[in-house]
Amino acid sequence: MNARFLRDGYVTDALAQIGAAGLFFFTILGAVPKSLRHFRETVRQIWFVGAMSLVIIMTCGLFVGMVLALQLYHTLSIFGGTAALGTVVALSLFRELGPVVTALLFAGRAGTSITAEIGLMRATDQLAAMEMMAVDPVAYVVAPRFLAGVIAMPILACVFNALGIFGGHLVGVTWLGVDNGTFWGNMTANVEVWADVINGVWKSLAFGAVVTLIAVFQGYTTPPTSEGVAYATTRTVVFSSIVVLALDFVLTAFLM
Amino acid sequence: MSRSAEPLVRVRGLSTRLGDKVIFDGLDLDIPRGSITAVMGPSGTGKTTLLKHITGQMRPDAGEVWVDGSNVPTLGRDALFALRERIGYLFQNSALLTDFDVFENVAFPLRQHARLPEELVRNIVLTKLQAVGLRGAARLMPSELSGGMARRVALARAIVFDPMLILYDEPFVGLDPIALNQVLKLIRTLNQTLGITSILVAHELSAVRRVADRVHLLANGKIVAAGAPDELARGESDWTKQFFGGEADGPVPFHYPAGDYAHDLGFDGSAA
Ligand SMILES: Nc1ncnc2c1ncn2[C@@H]1O[C@H](COP(=O)(O)OP(=O)(O)OP(=O)(O)O)[C@@H](O)[C@H]1O
Ligand SMILES: [Mg+2]
Repeated sequence: MNARFLRDGYVTDALAQIGAAGLFFFTILGAVPKSLRHFRETVRQIWFVGAMSLVIIMTCGLFVGMVLALQLYHTLSIFGGTAALGTVVALSLFRELGPVVTALLFAGRAGTSITAEIGLMRATDQLAAMEMMAVDPVAYVVAPRFLAGVIAMPILACVFNALGIFGGHLVGVTWLGVDNGTFWGNMTANVEVWADVINGVWKSLAFGAVVTLIAVFQGYTTPPTSEGVAYATTRTVVFSSIVVLALDFVLTAFLM
Repeated sequence: MSRSAEPLVRVRGLSTRLGDKVIFDGLDLDIPRGSITAVMGPSGTGKTTLLKHITGQMRPDAGEVWVDGSNVPTLGRDALFALRERIGYLFQNSALLTDFDVFENVAFPLRQHARLPEELVRNIVLTKLQAVGLRGAARLMPSELSGGMARRVALARAIVFDPMLILYDEPFVGLDPIALNQVLKLIRTLNQTLGITSILVAHELSAVRRVADRVHLLANGKIVAAGAPDELARGESDWTKQFFGGEADGPVPFHYPAGDYAHDLGFDGSAA
């Protein structure tokens, strides 16, 4: 069975893909200075991926915050600690759920569309046309989208967190009757900027980099067919989800 | 030999296989400066592949491809890009950038490589669009164009820089007789007024006869016949007689290499 796996090349193919994606990362970094010359394109892409994901991020942030407050209120009330609700909701969001859920949603919303867009440009020879016009598609198409993903992700995670806390407040204070002053007071007293908020931002930056790298890599290397583009978008979601959750574990272990 | 007398494109011993198929088998080709050369041949012989070798989009397994004094397969990326800034290329499937409208598509190479005042960009782009009859379509998006219109926009984009060499991959496909006339006139004007060397891949013999100085017939991985269009069309060799006569049987293969027909259909009992 194992030998069959190796012979059919699943394992070696997967390793080769990871290696190629790693090399592509350095190619993108090399192209970043050139891409900054048309920085307007990067700004346009930030607007694009940001605006595209904003509604879903806000909606999900709100509901995640509301559910968190419900669940945690239930658990905390067993120990008589509902006064800590604001703190726990905020910490869960800042340290964990904000970056992770935002990254997963981003992969499904913006990541797929980045893959499909670049993949279609490949399939319709637009990337080859750029090369023929002596324009480096990595600098012109890939790097701006990559930068946009890295920049947009922490901002989106902040929006997610804000809406999550708002949702938590809605359920905890307005509905379940936790004292408003206690909710905010405990939260602001116990959430630390560096240890909690900035830690989450680091995570978000890392997730932004890997999710967008996967998305642009899948698009750029897709077989130039409609089937190829379809598979590539699927792979973007699957690989991003796995990598985000695995990386989250590693980062949490290191940043704790 | 003086520089202007040596051919702009000189291909020597070009050999390439794609998968199992031998595409080029020691192909030699010279394209003189300031000429219009047509490359003809059956579908799938490698005409597009030849253009891709000349522009460095593909590398051959062996052989040399000299363009204006540099051997393309050996060029690094920067040198290749520098060369490409002087080459216009019309893709077989137009390959317009779908993010931009017609005007910006044509302006794209200018904006990328030259810092020109907006006024000048506008003038150049509109002149080129006028030449292909699409000045009025400047603000349409590629998705709003017909196939023939898209080809003419792609043509305008390929010539916007007044390059030294233009490669046209099937420029006449999908053009009505009026547009065809305009495009033929355009190719000839570019050649005569600016001395631009042109290589065109086309299937329309009547159109080729009206612009090309020379025709090369590509088959079986080699140039099997070359000469002035009329000379070739008279079809004195077996190759030209068959190709221009449009017959399926002869030295030029019409069929993609395949196994025994009767065997594939199961008539010899093998597939029972
Ligand atoms: N990536 C590839 N892998 C394997 N074979 C390929 C590949 N690309 C092209 N070919 C083969 O190379 C041959 C030449 O293709 P090419 O596109 O150059 O033909 P062409 O002469 O331009 O044909 P047409 O007139 O139909 O445009 C074809 O037989 C095709 O099957
Ligand atoms: Mg072709």
